Amino acid sequence: MQTDPDLQGQPPVALSLAHAAKTFGPVVALADGTIEIREGEIHALMGENGAGKSTLVKILAGLHQPDSGDFRIAGEPVSFRNVAESKAAGVSVIYQEPTLFPDLTVAENIFVGRQPKGRLGLISQGEMRRQAAALFGQLGVAIDPGRVAEGLSIADQQIIEIAKAISLDAKVLIMDEPTAALSGVEVDRLFAVARGLRDQGTGIMFISHRFEEVFALCDRITVMRDGKYVSTHVTEDVSVDRIVREMVGRDIAELFPKEAAEIGAPVLSVRGLSRAGVFRDINLEVRAGEIVALAGLVGAGRTEVARAVFGIDPYDSGEVLFGGKPLKGGSPQAAIAAGMGFVPEDRRKQGLVMDLSVARNVTLTLRKRFARAGLINGRAELRAAEEWSRRLQVKAGSPEHAVSTLSGGNQQKVVLAKWLATEPRFLIIDEPTRGIDVGTKSEVHRLISDLAGRGIAILMISSELPEVLGMADRVLVMREGRISAELSREEASPESVMHAATVAAATN
Amino acid sequence: MDNTNTDTRPAGAQPGAGRPRTAATRKGAGGKDALASLLKLRELPVITALVLLVAITYLNNPLFLSPQGVKDLLLNATIMMILAAGQAVVIITRNVDLSVGSILGLVAFGTGSIFAAAPGMPIALVLLIGIAFGAVLGSVNGLLVTLAKVPALVITLGTLYVYRGLNNVWAGGTQYFAGDRPAEFGALSVDTFLGIPLITLLAIAVVAAVAIYMAGTRPGRDLYAIGSEPDAAKLFGLPVSKRVFLAFLANGALAGLAGVLYASRFNSVGATTGTGMELDVVAAAVVGGVAIFGGSGSVVGAAIGAMLLTTITSSLTALRVDKFWQQAIVGVLILAAIVIDRVASLRSAKKLRISEARNV
Repeated sequence: MQTDPDLQGQPPVALSLAHAAKTFGPVVALADGTIEIREGEIHALMGENGAGKSTLVKILAGLHQPDSGDFRIAGEPVSFRNVAESKAAGVSVIYQEPTLFPDLTVAENIFVGRQPKGRLGLISQGEMRRQAAALFGQLGVAIDPGRVAEGLSIADQQIIEIAKAISLDAKVLIMDEPTAALSGVEVDRLFAVARGLRDQGTGIMFISHRFEEVFALCDRITVMRDGKYVSTHVTEDVSVDRIVREMVGRDIAELFPKEAAEIGAPVLSVRGLSRAGVFRDINLEVRAGEIVALAGLVGAGRTEVARAVFGIDPYDSGEVLFGGKPLKGGSPQAAIAAGMGFVPEDRRKQGLVMDLSVARNVTLTLRKRFARAGLINGRAELRAAEEWSRRLQVKAGSPEHAVSTLSGGNQQKVVLAKWLATEPRFLIIDEPTRGIDVGTKSEVHRLISDLAGRGIAILMISSELPEVLGMADRVLVMREGRISAELSREEASPESVMHAATVAAATN
Repeated sequence: MDNTNTDTRPAGAQPGAGRPRTAATRKGAGGKDALASLLKLRELPVITALVLLVAITYLNNPLFLSPQGVKDLLLNATIMMILAAGQAVVIITRNVDLSVGSILGLVAFGTGSIFAAAPGMPIALVLLIGIAFGAVLGSVNGLLVTLAKVPALVITLGTLYVYRGLNNVWAGGTQYFAGDRPAEFGALSVDTFLGIPLITLLAIAVVAAVAIYMAGTRPGRDLYAIGSEPDAAKLFGLPVSKRVFLAFLANGALAGLAGVLYASRFNSVGATTGTGMELDVVAAAVVGGVAIFGGSGSVVGAAIGAMLLTTITSSLTALRVDKFWQQAIVGVLILAAIVIDRVASLRSAKKLRISEARNV
């Protein structure tokens, strides 16, 4: 463990960022990014989804340039214009899903652009592999430097990124949720590597949602919330509960009120749904007029469950009952015909055809209804689109304008309108307000609440706690592919949801 | 069902609960590995096909490998080999150049024009002019692709027609014949050294030089990295635009060289010279093991692919098979090459999913 930060003789600071801010248009991604990483320490950065961790990492990596703030490496002020500059200054980032060149060998992935040369000034494959093998030896792992990177596990890809960082002589190594996709054995190996590097004086920043990992590995912990620095603790002196409180501690009282609606009969029942490697034994029920939130961390398998229920992805076992009848798996057509709708997380890619008009987008799911002899009746289409846009208060110049010209909130309304036009009995809404400004957020919430009031059953996936707590009649929390808790509206609190989302059941 | 879906997010770990993953990465070294890596060689299928084709034809018609027969085979392959090597460089960067037939045509006609205007011009100088002309045409492709950020398929489809149009305007009805050119120039395609035509030797030297550049230099390896994962290349800070531009320029220069040699090899050059060659060239590269989505394959493989495609024609003639079968056979070879490629990548994708499926 690290010495107390207040004592003299502590190791020098390798990297420090103070009061960094970053905005994208009206969205404040980072209000006060502050962190200090010393040589030879492992420093955890914790916070909810959306707390600003990713933005902070991107600033350190040179991908984003902060609007303000003080950024120093080894005491010297720096401002990186690109990734190459941060790398040259000794900052290396290992992402959750590394980006390697799949067709190149492992050794070449480490040394791209600076391969060792042999005779005649040509690249020496043998020397390159020897050096790669030496790096792996130093890290205590066995990866064949001569094989191609394609097909390597995520864990091995991360090790290759680490080897690359070492060969670049990195002073600070940032690991952005490196363990999210690793098995237990792989986590142990990664930790052994990280401790080895720390002992050689590398400063490591470790981002993770898993308390047991953070407390096992890290010397200090910095907590962020809502884009702001909250606190830094020496791990030994702090408890899990305190960190959880600091991560969620904020006023969530009456931000997103859901209007009371009459809860009817079950519309959707999912029993024992499993998909190998993705999620397991999912049981859930959504009733008419009810909003059920699927909470949990990014990567817990929430979207994957929703996609399987809707038939986009296959599942291995279990069943989906819709209105009491079994629903054919793997067929979104069957799901839509039965009365399901799916509002995806990524509007731009999956929810909308950005270059088409608002009207076309709204009526995309029910073109058959407007078609006569295979040709679409443009006027009827426009009427339906106008009707729904009006009811949802979409702010568009004209229904014939391209969707790409609308704001994020209004785009989301168009997606909702598109599904409402099919008159569904059940809607899956994935991250309803992601990337939407605060003003429009509450409008979207009112809309969803209104839909529930009309008897539509709603399954809402959300990473934002206030949204979950404000909107949901019931909260299902997922952790690592399973449902770890079911909480009633009364039971659901920031602490209980975060706890179920992050802490293993055994220590619960 | 969609088993290749790679966006499944494995839900990770409880310390100590995971089982050791499949050790596909941990095979021991030794003879088995050498054999395995030989079997994995992307050029192996095309080499096998070429050897089989030549062997079967020879057994049925021994004249096929007479000195004259060999010389004809090599001569027929020469120009396509150079074009395929250049195309491979471009395809490896995840691009394609469909304008090479038109570039070849322009340069070939230009060569004819030069000799018609200045019969005494040194052959080496004409070669250099042709290469430079091709490089200029190729760099136009490179500029458009890197600046306009439009897929190379579309850009070079455009320049295919533009260059052909220029050739039509320039040549009109004019054709230049071998008689218009110096005898020494034509002799390049007739004289041999150790039984190999001089232009073939030149082509082999050029292919070897490009192959060494691609395999043994940092810029050459950058081209593979760019084609393998363009986003990672940008993230890594490789000079993507510069490299891609130079790849198109080099391909143009090689097409220019091929154009000059075309004028040496064939009797007439005119407005339609080289029409339709681009698809044969792309086919040669793909059959030779160059992945159409970039990142893998080799210049040598592409050159062998070119040799295979031109040899098929001669073989079918020697076997007295209707030559109309030739195109169908080439088509089957392309499909076979793509199927081999796809099977290989599906297998590794499956391996990936299995190694990621854990204790969930």
